[in-house]
Amino acid sequence: MNLNTSILQYIDDVKSGSFTVEEFISATIDRINKIDGNVHAYLSLNDSAINDAKLIDKKIISNEKVGKCYGFPISIKDNICITGTKTTCASKILENFVAPYTATVVNRLNNEDAVITGKTNLDEFAMGLTTEFSAYGATKNPWNIDYVPGGSSGGSAASVAANECLASLGSDTGGSVRNPASFCSVVGLKPTYGLISRYGLISYANSIEQIGPMTKTVKDNAFLLNIIAGQDSNDDTTIDNKNPDYLNEIEKGIEGKKIGIIKEMTTADGLSQEVSTATKESIQDFEGLGASCEEVSLPTIPYTVAAYYTITSTEAGSNLARYDNIRYGYEMESEGYEYNSYISKSRTKFGPEVTRRIILGGFVPSAGHAGKYFLKALKVKSKLISEINTAFEKYDYLIAPTAPVQPFRFGEKIDDPVTLMLLDYNTVTANLTGKPAISVPYSVINGLPIGMQIIANSLEEKSLFQAAYALETKTTIPEVPL
Amino acid sequence: MTKIGLEIHCQLTKLESKLFCSCKANYREFEPNHNVCPVCMGLPGSLPRLNQKAVESATSIAMALNCATPEKIAFFRKNYFYPDLPKNFQITQLNVYGDMSVGGEGYVDVEGKKIKIRRIQLEEDPGRLIYEGTSDRTKITLVDYNRAGTPLVEIVTDPDFENPRQVRVFLNILSDLLENLGVAEPGLEGAMRADGNVSIEGGNKVEIKNIGSFHDLEKALHFELTRQQSLHERDIEIAMETRHWDDRRKITISSRSKEEDQDYRYFLENDIPWVKIDQETRDVLKKNMPESISSKKERYVEKYDIAPQVADILSSDRYYSDLFENAHNESNAKDIANLITTDLLGFIDTREKRETSKVTPQHLADLVNAVNAKTLTRNSSKIALQEIVKSGKSVKELLDEMDLGQVSDSSEIDNIISQIFEEEKQAVQDAKERPETVNFLVGKVMQKTKGKADPVKTLELIKSKLGQ
Repeated sequence: MNLNTSILQYIDDVKSGSFTVEEFISATIDRINKIDGNVHAYLSLNDSAINDAKLIDKKIISNEKVGKCYGFPISIKDNICITGTKTTCASKILENFVAPYTATVVNRLNNEDAVITGKTNLDEFAMGLTTEFSAYGATKNPWNIDYVPGGSSGGSAASVAANECLASLGSDTGGSVRNPASFCSVVGLKPTYGLISRYGLISYANSIEQIGPMTKTVKDNAFLLNIIAGQDSNDDTTIDNKNPDYLNEIEKGIEGKKIGIIKEMTTADGLSQEVSTATKESIQDFEGLGASCEEVSLPTIPYTVAAYYTITSTEAGSNLARYDNIRYGYEMESEGYEYNSYISKSRTKFGPEVTRRIILGGFVPSAGHAGKYFLKALKVKSKLISEINTAFEKYDYLIAPTAPVQPFRFGEKIDDPVTLMLLDYNTVTANLTGKPAISVPYSVINGLPIGMQIIANSLEEKSLFQAAYALETKTTIPEVPL
Repeated sequence: MTKIGLEIHCQLTKLESKLFCSCKANYREFEPNHNVCPVCMGLPGSLPRLNQKAVESATSIAMALNCATPEKIAFFRKNYFYPDLPKNFQITQLNVYGDMSVGGEGYVDVEGKKIKIRRIQLEEDPGRLIYEGTSDRTKITLVDYNRAGTPLVEIVTDPDFENPRQVRVFLNILSDLLENLGVAEPGLEGAMRADGNVSIEGGNKVEIKNIGSFHDLEKALHFELTRQQSLHERDIEIAMETRHWDDRRKITISSRSKEEDQDYRYFLENDIPWVKIDQETRDVLKKNMPESISSKKERYVEKYDIAPQVADILSSDRYYSDLFENAHNESNAKDIANLITTDLLGFIDTREKRETSKVTPQHLADLVNAVNAKTLTRNSSKIALQEIVKSGKSVKELLDEMDLGQVSDSSEIDNIISQIFEEEKQAVQDAKERPETVNFLVGKVMQKTKGKADPVKTLELIKSKLGQ
């Protein structure tokens, strides 16, 4: 059975009786058992996956109404809650946290008969770009297991790339869906802020993050967005998207569309030769598809990484304050501690990156420093929003490579937090402005993937998918060597 | 000059649910930690869902306190670690970057003086800490999160009070006003709390916290004023600080924790989008607001000629004014008002009695009408009312059952007067010499007839027997 298939192909095959849901899910689980020891995409598996598959098969056989997903296997990033299962955020501090409720996105998948394979690895609390900050060990890049898979949704991206599922849900605060999508050669979407409910997503920086679908193809991504997008009474920040069908007219093409090539993201010092060359080729592809491309400058971009880390640390410091290990968490003897010392001691279980950001988050918004840091970061954010809105008056899309470099070896950058942070340079703009952005696999050079990023205006996901699909038709990606 | 300011917290107990989830706002009837959900427990991944009704109630309060109310409001996070805070931050409001809480710049008239309201904000109540254990070694702190997330309105005044008595008058006016609005029950234990700040001429501002009741607040303010004055007289500087009220010793003590230095790192709560309160919404709220206490009082005095102090009592208590409104007509209004304020008030002087009372507006109307028709004396009507409070029986039933009919037959009363004159010879002598003591004899007759004798007729008969 070929596990390297798309969701849409899978559904056709199940409908036509080529194989049963149970057969496909069993094969997927066999694959996970066989290779995940090397990849380490998963932190925990769904023990009832095969049972879930059997129930869907039963519905199919007895001609009952079957949900749109027909039991395709999907993995979920381990910062999204599912009733009765551990949600660890790849942190020791939530080692034993079992959520008493299920995230809205997972409910929507269950309602449409998707089968959850398990929970995937991430950088602790989604803070990082390599999964090296997971408290349970890093995920390997399926293209070359000596290389990082990107992050923070590295487990999700690797699970899709390594055919350990057909799709995954990640979360994207500053590039956490798009960066690993680019590094592992899968399609990753960061939707418009408010398009997808965050209820059940454990907050890191709640003002800018979104859950995003990660898939093998652009069409699969649109299919998945159809299922999980839309207003939710459990999340006041969700917006009414009028429920468009994102798959409809996805092959429309981009003839006559105007594309702005973001100057600051394509000429930065940190851009590698390979990524730079691939970007130029992609521009030719877009022009070959009938779009017109020209360079556009968003002069605030050089300040965005600093603003991003200032804002996200402030929110993280507050969002993570609840982990005081008093009502849930890990075993710790309380004898001999008073309240404050107990909290201080228990919070030493946070890993280095989380600790760094909590400390930063205590400083930048504090009295006497907020004006110099936090409030200034908010100004950068609003300036950037006005610049990008101006750009969208002229252009249908803005493009740039998703990451300035290709995947690198483990340990190469982990001791250099600032270099690591700069990997976000091309992705944070979409988060700070709330705009939708997608990473599309573009090429594989020296055995390592490169992804291209397309950004569209708010709630223009449908148009964004059309451009992404058009670009996808121009690419030929080899099989993953695993 | 003495300056006192207040910070009042009032729970919106009349709301169905908490501020950010559907757990009950009325948490008092639950076993500890049985009125909770992932949202009010602050569990990872949960998100607040704003209760729009709470915004409306808070806006009504702001309007009733003559505040300016903004077109849109925002919520902020106040970050600090405390075991009663499930998220280790409190969702509240702030007025730093312009007008963003539910109201500000209002005032309350207190005996002709305007007490300015600086701001009103809507926020979540934390959980409750319960301390147990006798010795330091066995001491434990229990946390009950049933209260966590209860809608709370904070009202901050300018330091406009000159003495603790003004504070008491203000708090009475405020709690009557909140009750009249139908948004709060200030009488419920812990539903309304107040902290104060005090400064005297030449001294710094001192905040007093941890005050359990309004009664204690007045005591705490008195103590603090005396403390500051005695420091001042001895030329000792009054430090700017926060002090805690020690309920056991009835003194304020300096808080060793540096609460005043605490940095709450306020920033916008982005999980709750800005809330628009447009002109139309505000117009509707204004229209649906119950008649204010002062307007009621004015109406009672002018329309029904009710005495100002009686109208005051009636109008300032929602319970009594509701009874009055539903019982009276043009002709008996004044009598009903008097019945409520002279008799009923004494029978239901506690919250519990009020809640179990079976009195209806119909009872009051029937009683007053019976007295006016002279089928019942004022005195007997009081006895009947006491019975009605307990049993809820109709006036007609009681007239039959309790032998309360008025005695106005002259010969019957005359007989009784003769008996009294035999028994109270000294009093008769006194009354002859000093006519103003005649009431003693009238009282004796009433006693003997269990209040059924017609008092006017009785007085007439006694006077004639005395030869006056």
